[in-house]
Amino acid sequence: MLKLKKYVKYYLWQIAAVFILLYFQAQADLALPDYMSDIINNGIAVGDLDYILPAGLKMLGVALIGTVCTVAVGFLAARIAAGISMRLRDDVFEKVESFSLTEFDHFGASSLITRTTNDIQQVQMVVVMMLRFVFYAPIVGVGGVIRAVGKSGSMSWLIAVAVVMILTLIIVLFALAMPKFKMVQKLVDRLNRVTRESLVGMLVIRAFGNEAHEEQRFDDANNDLTKTNLFVNRMITLMMPAMMLVMNLLTVAIVWVGSYFIDAGTLQIGDMMAFIQYAMQIIMAFLMVSMAFVMIPRASVSAQRVFDVLECEPAIKDPKTPQAPKADQTGVVEFKDVSFAYPGADENVIHNVSFTALPGQATAFIGSTGSGKSTLINLIPRFYDVSQGQILVDGIDVRQMSQHDLHQKIGLVPQKGILFTGSIADNLRFGDPEAEQDALEEAAQIAQATEFIDEKPERFETEVSQGGTNVSGGQKQRLAIARALVKKPEIYIFDDSFSALDFKTDAALRRALKPKTKNSTVLIVAQRISTIMHAEQIVVMDDGEVAGIGTHQELMENCEVYREIAQSQLSKEELA
Amino acid sequence: MSAAQKRRHGPMGGGGIKPAGEKAKNFKGTMSQLIGYMRPYYAKIILVFVFAIASTVFVVTGPKILGRATDKIVDGYVQRTAYNQFMDNMPDGFKAPAGMTVGDLMEQMPAEARAQIEEKIPKNNLKKVKDLDLSQKPTMDFDGLTQILLWLVALYAVSAGFSYIQGFIMTGVSQRVSYNLRRDISQKINRLPLAYFDRVSHGEVLSRVTNDVDTVSQTLNQSLTQMITSVATVLGVLYMMLSISVWMTLVALVILPISIGLIMLVVRVSQKHFQNQQRFLGEVNGHIEEMYSGHNVIKAYNREQIAVDQFKTINKKLHGSAWKSQFLSGLMMPIMNFVGNLGYVGICVLGGWMAVNGQISIGNIQSFIQYLRQFNQPIAQMASIANVLQSTAAAAERVFEFLAESEEEPDGDKLSAPAQVQGSVTFQDVSFGYRPDDLIIKNFSCDVKPGQRIAIVGPTGAGKTTIVKLLMRFYDVSAGSILVDGVNIKDMKRHDLRDMFGMVLQDTWLYGGSIKENIRYGKLDATDEEVYAAGKAAHVEHFVKTLPGGYDMELNEEASNISQGQKQLLTIARAMVSDPKILILDEATSSVDTRTEVRIQRAMHNLMKGRTSFIIAHRLSTIKDADLILVMKDGNIIEQGNHDELIAQGGFYKTMYNSQFESDDDSVAAD
Repeated sequence: MLKLKKYVKYYLWQIAAVFILLYFQAQADLALPDYMSDIINNGIAVGDLDYILPAGLKMLGVALIGTVCTVAVGFLAARIAAGISMRLRDDVFEKVESFSLTEFDHFGASSLITRTTNDIQQVQMVVVMMLRFVFYAPIVGVGGVIRAVGKSGSMSWLIAVAVVMILTLIIVLFALAMPKFKMVQKLVDRLNRVTRESLVGMLVIRAFGNEAHEEQRFDDANNDLTKTNLFVNRMITLMMPAMMLVMNLLTVAIVWVGSYFIDAGTLQIGDMMAFIQYAMQIIMAFLMVSMAFVMIPRASVSAQRVFDVLECEPAIKDPKTPQAPKADQTGVVEFKDVSFAYPGADENVIHNVSFTALPGQATAFIGSTGSGKSTLINLIPRFYDVSQGQILVDGIDVRQMSQHDLHQKIGLVPQKGILFTGSIADNLRFGDPEAEQDALEEAAQIAQATEFIDEKPERFETEVSQGGTNVSGGQKQRLAIARALVKKPEIYIFDDSFSALDFKTDAALRRALKPKTKNSTVLIVAQRISTIMHAEQIVVMDDGEVAGIGTHQELMENCEVYREIAQSQLSKEELA
Repeated sequence: MSAAQKRRHGPMGGGGIKPAGEKAKNFKGTMSQLIGYMRPYYAKIILVFVFAIASTVFVVTGPKILGRATDKIVDGYVQRTAYNQFMDNMPDGFKAPAGMTVGDLMEQMPAEARAQIEEKIPKNNLKKVKDLDLSQKPTMDFDGLTQILLWLVALYAVSAGFSYIQGFIMTGVSQRVSYNLRRDISQKINRLPLAYFDRVSHGEVLSRVTNDVDTVSQTLNQSLTQMITSVATVLGVLYMMLSISVWMTLVALVILPISIGLIMLVVRVSQKHFQNQQRFLGEVNGHIEEMYSGHNVIKAYNREQIAVDQFKTINKKLHGSAWKSQFLSGLMMPIMNFVGNLGYVGICVLGGWMAVNGQISIGNIQSFIQYLRQFNQPIAQMASIANVLQSTAAAAERVFEFLAESEEEPDGDKLSAPAQVQGSVTFQDVSFGYRPDDLIIKNFSCDVKPGQRIAIVGPTGAGKTTIVKLLMRFYDVSAGSILVDGVNIKDMKRHDLRDMFGMVLQDTWLYGGSIKENIRYGKLDATDEEVYAAGKAAHVEHFVKTLPGGYDMELNEEASNISQGQKQLLTIARAMVSDPKILILDEATSSVDTRTEVRIQRAMHNLMKGRTSFIIAHRLSTIKDADLILVMKDGNIIEQGNHDELIAQGGFYKTMYNSQFESDDDSVAAD
C-alpha cells in the first residue's frame, strides 16, 4: 500500500483538503448531540420555547455544514480514487506492452489481465474507503471520547467495556470463520472444476454411460460446499444481532448508571442523552477501523500484485546505440551456435543450433511436439534472448538493433490466428497502416481468404468481434497470413500457421504464396511433412537439437528422425 | 474473459445504491417460480417470518420503554430540584410536618407570591411539584427504574435471540435451495441433447451453476428477511410514533416524501453513470484481454504505441464515469442524514412546545427521536432491495430457463440391446441437419459388416464427427434409420447402445483423478486386473512404470503432468477396458514424439482387432487400408468406396489426394 505514494503525490492538495473537510465533518457530527442536549436542558426541561427555535436553527446550520463537508469529501475521494486507478491502469498497461514473452511467461497472461483490471479496481475501492471512512473514524472517535468524558468522565468506562465486547465478538467470529472462508473458495473451485469437466467431457461421459457417476461426483462437491457455506453464513448471521444487543445494552447501562449521577446532581438529563449518542459514534468509529483491518490486507495484496508488474524490468531492452540495418542485405537470418534456456530454467531447450536462411528460399522446421521448433522461431523477433551464441539478421546481431527496426523486417504469423477488434481491413493494415485497398485484395487472394470475405456483405469492412469469435479458426489463420503479406516484410515467419487449414487450402495457399515471397526469406514451422516437403532447406529438430539439415531427399537418406516422422505420416508410395 | 470476471463489480462507496443489473424478462413469473421452487421449505419460511416479525416488534417497543425510564429519571430530577429550591427559601430550621406537600405550603402563601412561583414552574411539571411531600427529602424511584431497565434488557436479549434463530433457519433454507438448484443443473446437463451445447457455451452453463445460483442464494439469505424486517419496522415504528403523538408523526411523515424524492433522484442520476461505468469497464477489460493475449503479434507488428494510445482514450472515459458513479452513490448517506436531522430539529421544536404545554413527556420525545432515526433506514433499504430483487429475478430466470430446456427423448421401456453383438451397422436413407431447414446429410446409405474398417475423410469442418454423433445417438437422425445388428438404434436404450461403442477422440478428455481411475472410467466395475490388462494392451504400462506412483499417480486438472501422447494412450486403454463391439476413433493430427506415435498406432491396431471401426482418418496409410472410405465435404457424404475405386472415380477424393503431394514448383510452372 505504501508504494502508492508515487500516485498519491499528484493529489496531495486534494488529500489535504479531504483531511480538513473530514475534521469539520467530524466536528459537526459531534456537535449535534451537544445541541440536542442544550435544547433539552435549557429549552424543554425549563419550558423555554424562545430557546428552542434559534437553537434548533443553529443545529440545522451545523448539520448543513456537516453534510456539505461529507459531500465534498465524497466528491474529492471519488476523484482521487478514480484518478489514481486511471494512472495505475495507464502505467500498468504501458509497462505490460513493453514486456517480452519472458515476463509474460513469468506472470501469465491471465494474471496480467487480472492485475490490470480487478486488482486495480480493488485498490480504487480501498482508497475511497480510506478517504471517506477510515481517516474519519479516528477523528470522530477521539472527538467523541473527549466530549463523552467532558459530559461525564465517570461513565466513560461503560463505553470502553462495550468497545471491548464488540471487538472481541468480531475477532472471535473472524477467527472462526476465516479458515472456513478460504475453504469455501476452494470448494467453489472444486465445484466449478467438476462442472467444467462434465461439460468438456460430455461426449466421453455419455459414450461410456457414466452420467450417474458424474452426478455423484458433483453431489459430493455440492454437499461439501453447502455444509461449509452453512457454517460460515451462520457465523456471519450471528454478527448483526450480537452487535445490536451490545449497543442496546450499552444504552440501558448508560441510563441506569446515569440515573444515579442525575440523582446526585452531577449530570443533566440532556447530557445523558448526548452521552448515549457519543457512545454510539465511538463504537461506529471502532467498527470502521476494524472493517479497515479486514479490507486493507486484502487490498494491499492486490496493490502488491500491481506493483510487481510495475517494478518488473523487461528482460529485453533496446541497445543504447542501436545499429541501423544495412540497406544492401535483405532478409538473411543466421543462427550461430544458438543455445537457449527459458529464464529461470536450468536446462537448455535449444542446443547449439546453427543454420542460415537465405532470401528467396523457404527454410522449414519440423519435429515432434516439444522439440523446440517454435521456441527457435521466437528467438528471431527477440521475444526471448538467446542464452548462448547469436542470431544475425542482415549481418547484425538482433540484440544490437532496435526492436522497432527488427520487427519492421519481420512478418510473423503465429500459431493461433489472433485478430483484433475492428474491420477486416483494419486487421490487414496492422503492419502497414497506409496500405492501399489493392494490396489488401491481393493479400487476401493469396491467403485464400477472398472467398469468405466476399460472402460477407460488407467485405473488407466486416467487423471482427472481440477475440474474433465471428470468424472460424481457419479463416482467422488465413487473415493472419494476409496480414503478414500486407506488411511486405523481408522475413516471413509461419509458426505452424497451416495446420488449421485443410490439405487443399493449404496446398493452394502455398502455391499462391510462392511467387509473392520470391525475394523474401521464408521460415516455416510445420507438423505435416506434406507442407514442407518441397522447402529448399528443412531443419529437423529433435529434443532441442538439430537432427539434420537438408532437402527432403537428403534427409530421407541420412536422417533417422526425419524418416520416422515421414513414415508415420505418409505411405510407402508417397515416400518413394 | 471468464464468466467470473464478467460479474458486475461496481466500486461501492458505502451508499445504498447498487448498480442495477440486467432485468428479468418476466419478473413476476420468475418470482412465483422461485417461490414454487421453495415449496418444501414453506413451513420453515413461515417460522422465519414469525421470528423476524417478533424480533422486530420487540426492538420497536424498546425506545418506548426506554422513554418511560427517562421519565422516571426526569421525575426524580424535577422533584429534587423543586424540593431544594423550596427548602432553600425557607427560614433555617424549618421542618415541614409529616404529609405536608408543596401544594399545602403554597395555599398558605399570599396569592401574589403563589402566582410568582407558579409562573416559574413549567406547566407540565406543576402537578408533580404540587404533590411533592416536603417532610422528607425526595429520592429517585430506583426500584421502579431498575425494574423497567431489566425488562428492557430482557426484551433486547429476546429480540437478539429471535433475530439469530430467524437468520439460522433462513441460512439453512437458502443453502438448501442453492444446493437443490445446483444439483438440478448438474443433472440437467447430462439430460440435455448435445445440440443444446452447440449454441450455448460452457462458460454460460458454468456461470449458472455458480454466479446465478449464488445471487439467488444471497438474496434468500439476506434480502428476503431484510424485506420482512424493513416492512415490519416501518409499520411498527409508525404505530409507536402515532401512539406517542399524532402531530409529531405528521411532521415526521412530511419529511418522508422529501427523502424518497431525493433517493429516487440520486438513484436515477447515478444509474446512468453506473451503466456507463459498467460499459467502459467492459471496454477497458476487453481491450486489455485482447492486447495481452495477442501480445506477440502486437510486438511483431510494432503496434505497442497504438495500443497504449487506444487504451488511454478508453481509460479516460472510464475514469469520467467511474468517479461520477462513485461520487453519486456516496451522496445517498449524507443526504439521508441531513434529511434525518431536518426531521430531528422539527421534532425538537414541536416536541419542546408540546412538552412545555404539558402535552408530552421528555421521555416520549426521546423515544420519538429514536423512532425517527429507525424510520428512514428501512425505507432506504427497501429502495435498494428493489434493485437486488431485479437482478435476482434475472439470475433465477436464467437458471429456470436452463432447467426448462427440452431434454433428450426419454428411453422409456425400449428394447435391450442384443446380448451377442456382432457389430454390423446399416445406414438406411439417413438425412440429418442440425437445423431442420438445413439438411447436411441427405439420403445416406451404406452397409458395414462386422469387423470392417470405415475411414471418414474430408476437409476440416466437413462434418466428419456428425456421423459419429448420429451413430451414438448424441443426435437423432431427421429421416431414415441407423441399424446395429439389424435393430434400429432408436428402439434401443441409449445406455445399452452406447455400451456397444468405444470411443477414442483426438480431444483427450481425462479428469482429475488417478491413472487407474481414468482407465476404469470405461467400465466403472472393472477389476484391477482388467485395468492392468487394458493398460498393457494400450502400451500404457510402459510409461506408467516410469511415473511416480505408477497407476496411482494423480492427474492434475488439465492433466498437464503427462504428455499429449500419453494422454492419447490412456484414452485408448479406457476404450479397451470397456471392451466395445464397435469402435470410433479420431486420429490425432498433431504429431507427438515419434516413438510415442508408433506406440499409439500399435495400440490402436490392438484395439481395432475383431471390431467394427469408424475412423476419422487423417493419415493416408489408415485411409488406404480401410474397407470403406466415406468422403465428406460441407457436411455431405459426396463419395464412398475404397481407395482404388475412389481414385478411379476421379472425383473430389482424387483431387484432395493429389493436392497434398503436388510439388509447389510444379504448380508454379503450371500457373
